[in-house]
Amino acid sequence: MTRLAIPVGSQDHVQGQAQAAVTLVEYGDYECPYCGEAYPVLKAVQRAMGDQLRFVFRNFPLAEMHPHALRAAEFAETAAELGKFWQAHDMLYENQTALRDADLYAYGLRLGLDTDVVTQGLDGRFDRKIKEDFTGGIRSGVNGTPSLFINGLRYDGERDVDSLVSALRQAARDAIRPRAATTR
Amino acid sequence: MSETHSPTALPAGRAAPAFTLPATPDQTVSLDDLRGKPVILAFYPADWSPVCGDQMALYNEILPEFHKAGAQLVGISVDGVWCHAAFAGERKLHFPLLSDFEPKGAVARSFGVYRDKEGIAERALFVIDAAGIIRWSFVSPLGINPGADGILEALDNLGAAAPSEGTAS
Repeated sequence: MTRLAIPVGSQDHVQGQAQAAVTLVEYGDYECPYCGEAYPVLKAVQRAMGDQLRFVFRNFPLAEMHPHALRAAEFAETAAELGKFWQAHDMLYENQTALRDADLYAYGLRLGLDTDVVTQGLDGRFDRKIKEDFTGGIRSGVNGTPSLFINGLRYDGERDVDSLVSALRQAARDAIRPRAATTR
Repeated sequence: MSETHSPTALPAGRAAPAFTLPATPDQTVSLDDLRGKPVILAFYPADWSPVCGDQMALYNEILPEFHKAGAQLVGISVDGVWCHAAFAGERKLHFPLLSDFEPKGAVARSFGVYRDKEGIAERALFVIDAAGIIRWSFVSPLGINPGADGILEALDNLGAAAPSEGTAS
């Protein structure tokens, strides 16, 4: 069983509550077409699961394969500093084929990030954070992008809405059982 | 992570069988050439599997982590040298792919990771220490990219064990 090496913490980009029954962690690359395919699926999964689900995104840019992936990740981290990570994340996945620097500056303006702010964000200051996500991912058994972890275990199943929702619901049920056992 | 899914794969503790295979149309690589440093052998079924989940492309991204541990990585499949050259070029791979092409799959067989029915290698990993002893092996289900966590853990264990063995390097 391949387990998440780095627990979800304050360094993470999170949607949903910490006390949610189930946590889904995605290791993703903004330029990866499979992540692009998964993007609307994961949105639908979030809607279906509601409060039961906490969703976390971590960086796993395959920079040799995807020349714009690292810059895009830097851009999202820049937006995160201003509390706009998820807007940036969504904008990048909705515009996956336009990730050149000029595009990133344009997205910055749409999000209210000045050109200077974006320039600073792309200067390498977030590379350590991105690298930490990446290294933690490798140690967790990330085997490509997207890699998904449900309550800490790598999910190798189908990535359609129904399969994911049923796996998440199962994980939510499994998470409740051991807790009941320990309080006995 | 120490279990394998194949009863035939050579286990930890066995000496790695010697081999010499072509890496390019005019170069060969021998396991002996790689002695003195840990070696990661990654057998895989075929070049050109789907893009972002591709095991060799993933290892290419992780290469600095392997090098940090002093290890060298080689990929091995039954594909021919020209196929490997095209694949490595397209994916910008920075490590050698060896061609277990003639006699077909002989090296995969010697490591116990050849699939007769399909005529391809298993998705199998071996971490071999500087002295040529297999220290960890793992066979993944064919369709599942095993990632690199097991390899890095095995390399960590190698590092931890090295001083007590007194192998100066």
